[in-house]
Amino acid sequence: MTMHFLLLFSRQGKLRLQKWFTPIPEREKKKIVRDMTTMVLGRKPRSCNFLHWKDLKIVYKKYASLYFCCGLDAEENELLALEVLHRYVELLDKYFGNVCELDIIFNFEKAYFILDEFLLGGEVQETSKQVVSRSIEASDMLQEVSERPRSR
Amino acid sequence: MSPSVRLQEMIRVIRGARTQGEERGVIQRECAAIRAQFRQADNGTRSHNLAKLLYVHMLGYPAHFGQMECVRLIASPRYNEKRVGYLGAMMLLDEKQDASLLITNSIKNDLSHSSQYVQSLALCTLGCMGSAEMCRDLAPEIDRLLRASNSYIKKKAALCAVHIVRKVPELGELFTPASRSLLSEKNHGVLHGAVVLITELCERNPETLEQFRKAVPELVQIMKGLVMSGYSPEHNVAGISDPFLQVRILRLLRILGRNNETASDAVNDLLAQVATNTDSSKTAGSAVLYETVLTVMDIKSESGLRVLAVNILGRFLLNNDRNIRYISMTSLQKIVQTDHNAVQRHRGTIVDCLKDQDASVKRRALELSLALVSAVNIRSLMKELLLFLSSCPPELRAHTTSGIFNAAERYAPSQRWHIDTILHVLTTAGGDVRDETVPNLIQLITTATELHCYTVHKLYRALIADISVQSLVQVACWCIGEYGDLLLRGECEETEPVQVAEDDVLDALETVLQSHMSSPATRGFALTATMKLSTRITHNVDRIRSIVSIYGSCIDVELQQRAVEYNALFKKYDHMRAAVLERMPVIDKSSPGHTNGESAGGSIKEMEPTKRTQEVVLPQEPANQVCDLLDLLGGSGEPPQPSPALSTTALGPVSSTAGGDLLDLLGGLDAPLDHVTRPGKTLGPNYRLFMTFVSHSYPPQSVQLQMKAPSGDVIPAHGLGQVTQTVLLNNPNKVSLKMRVRVCYTSQDFVCQDTVQIDSFPSPAW
Repeated sequence: MTMHFLLLFSRQGKLRLQKWFTPIPEREKKKIVRDMTTMVLGRKPRSCNFLHWKDLKIVYKKYASLYFCCGLDAEENELLALEVLHRYVELLDKYFGNVCELDIIFNFEKAYFILDEFLLGGEVQETSKQVVSRSIEASDMLQEVSERPRSR
Repeated sequence: MSPSVRLQEMIRVIRGARTQGEERGVIQRECAAIRAQFRQADNGTRSHNLAKLLYVHMLGYPAHFGQMECVRLIASPRYNEKRVGYLGAMMLLDEKQDASLLITNSIKNDLSHSSQYVQSLALCTLGCMGSAEMCRDLAPEIDRLLRASNSYIKKKAALCAVHIVRKVPELGELFTPASRSLLSEKNHGVLHGAVVLITELCERNPETLEQFRKAVPELVQIMKGLVMSGYSPEHNVAGISDPFLQVRILRLLRILGRNNETASDAVNDLLAQVATNTDSSKTAGSAVLYETVLTVMDIKSESGLRVLAVNILGRFLLNNDRNIRYISMTSLQKIVQTDHNAVQRHRGTIVDCLKDQDASVKRRALELSLALVSAVNIRSLMKELLLFLSSCPPELRAHTTSGIFNAAERYAPSQRWHIDTILHVLTTAGGDVRDETVPNLIQLITTATELHCYTVHKLYRALIADISVQSLVQVACWCIGEYGDLLLRGECEETEPVQVAEDDVLDALETVLQSHMSSPATRGFALTATMKLSTRITHNVDRIRSIVSIYGSCIDVELQQRAVEYNALFKKYDHMRAAVLERMPVIDKSSPGHTNGESAGGSIKEMEPTKRTQEVVLPQEPANQVCDLLDLLGGSGEPPQPSPALSTTALGPVSSTAGGDLLDLLGGLDAPLDHVTRPGKTLGPNYRLFMTFVSHSYPPQSVQLQMKAPSGDVIPAHGLGQVTQTVLLNNPNKVSLKMRVRVCYTSQDFVCQDTVQIDSFPSPAW
């Protein structure tokens, strides 16, 4: 699932997470974010989840108050992209326990770490939920250990 | 207070800011503090400060001063600092920043770190933002990891290799051997990574593609295992075992089977199996089925399998899930040309989707419906399309109307049907039709000679009902002007007879003239139509005269000019009025190459130039002809004398006489064309043939000139053809004449002029 970018934004258009898998200048990124939020927020409630933007396919899904939006190559399988987004939400939900937008706001770096165990270079790296969750737990343990003050 | 709480505290404060200005203030203070902290020595809070900075960055504020801090943190021995450092690198550094090179060494070291989680960080970062240089440097490391490490690292190394191959395609050869052996892994993560890597390698290198064709049986086996296996808790998604892996394998098989009989054969059975055994009640299953369908259509599969695939798409069309309906239609659109009959079977469902709520689905259904139009189904399908037009969303109307016109043009079962359809579209959506519709429809009407009576009745009824749709009003005015006599006659075979009085018709035209809804062009049509009626009605000519004279002082310059010229036609050229305003001949569709300069594909839609040419010299625009007459009789606008009846001496069919100076004039226009492929010169809307007399007494009062229409509107290039325009000169007093002739025409988008002086006419002419 070759993703170009993955964005999470709220109903008011505030960005909660942005992952870019291709090198894009900062100004261009801002423009893309603006375009995505405008397009997706402007969709009617029962529209289909696929859009076209320039030469990319845009797949988005609303989960509670957050919009998950990703940009794909034109040959990609949109239905599978929906599954990828869903899997990410499931992983977040497992980690935070009934995840809500505030969790992602106040623990944004954790959201990124989880994403980095699930996708790499825009592709799915692990298809098993349990394996991803276990890896995150192990990394968190390691972080905790290394955070303990060293004896100088 | 633990540092991470400070991060969350900062987030809380920022969110609590009530205005943009307040938020900016808070952030500026925090950034200043962070900068200060960065400059200090290591105090254990660096990672948290960077995290704060990353949050600020996500809000859209500049954070470039954190780049060096990322580099430092990545080099730290502590995992928590590395973790945030690498995250920062992925967010703040991309390959265009110079600082990104500085982390290459750290990455290299971390790739061989004892902890797999540190290795993982390095692999992830390299796979996300590694530049071409970094990739070249570190490729051998990645290759090593592909071969000898645990599955956790192998799967990440595989995707990292994918990124490297995308950045530096030549490195693909380095990874080919390792990727082949990865296919025998059992771990799904590694298998998935391997399949993605092999796909990338095959897409970039045809030789590698050849090599991996041998792996098709192995891939088929893996796929079969996934499809037929029982419930596997680790990989199950809605009853499908690892849909992500299944889809990727199908995609790889597609690439390997494309244009290759053997490989395609080997997967035929598998595809049939997947197609029949996959439960598509949820998205996961549908995703796999969708990929299967795409694969079937792309490789050389058996016809039975293709029909099965189209049927799956047809089934998708009936699915409740809007997404599935949408992708079904996009897929059908791709194959409608190649598998036309198979898709036709689902026409009913597709047409039903025109009524869907979703705009994207409607759009797709429209495209498909238009692609499915054929001579067989034109009548029923057009009914549906017209129904759709009456309720379709505004952004689709223009596309629908042009699609309907195209379909009607190609498959109209009868002229009457064609005219009815166009009229229906104009009444429903006349505001959204293309500009060429008006001349196209006029041309169509003139060719349907038996239907003139029917058409003018129908248009008249439409006109008195509603004058807001400009295109319809224009066509109606033109028809009434042209066929008003048929309208007034009252009987018509095709419709019920209705008595229309001359006053009613003139009332209708005057309403159009006076309405504020009418555009200037429409009013022009109405005025000309009124004028034309002067030769077709018997009682109310005075009324027409008065209308025309009123508009002689109209503010709109075009209307004023027309009115003045029509006035002149009444006053001074009354004897010519009948000839000038007589019925127009059937208009031909335009020949290739026309004024717009579009490619000469013989497009049957582009008929404007022909019409305009006709307008120049035929009664549609009698004004211009009158103008030309005025021009040549001194061009001074002085009232010319009324002439005796024209007993004309034709200048001969100009093309063949010995003294065919005029033709030479026209023939001399065949300037050599350059290599650009414009086939000819169009005598388009700018065509004028001006003639003036050169003589001592000016103007010669006894001589009159009448110009007829040119024989065509395009002079082919390279002297391959001619256009003839006959000019009748009446010279009763046999005065010796010299004439200056000026021809204006369009050649390859430029308006050109040529002038020739004729000093003597052949003596037998007089």
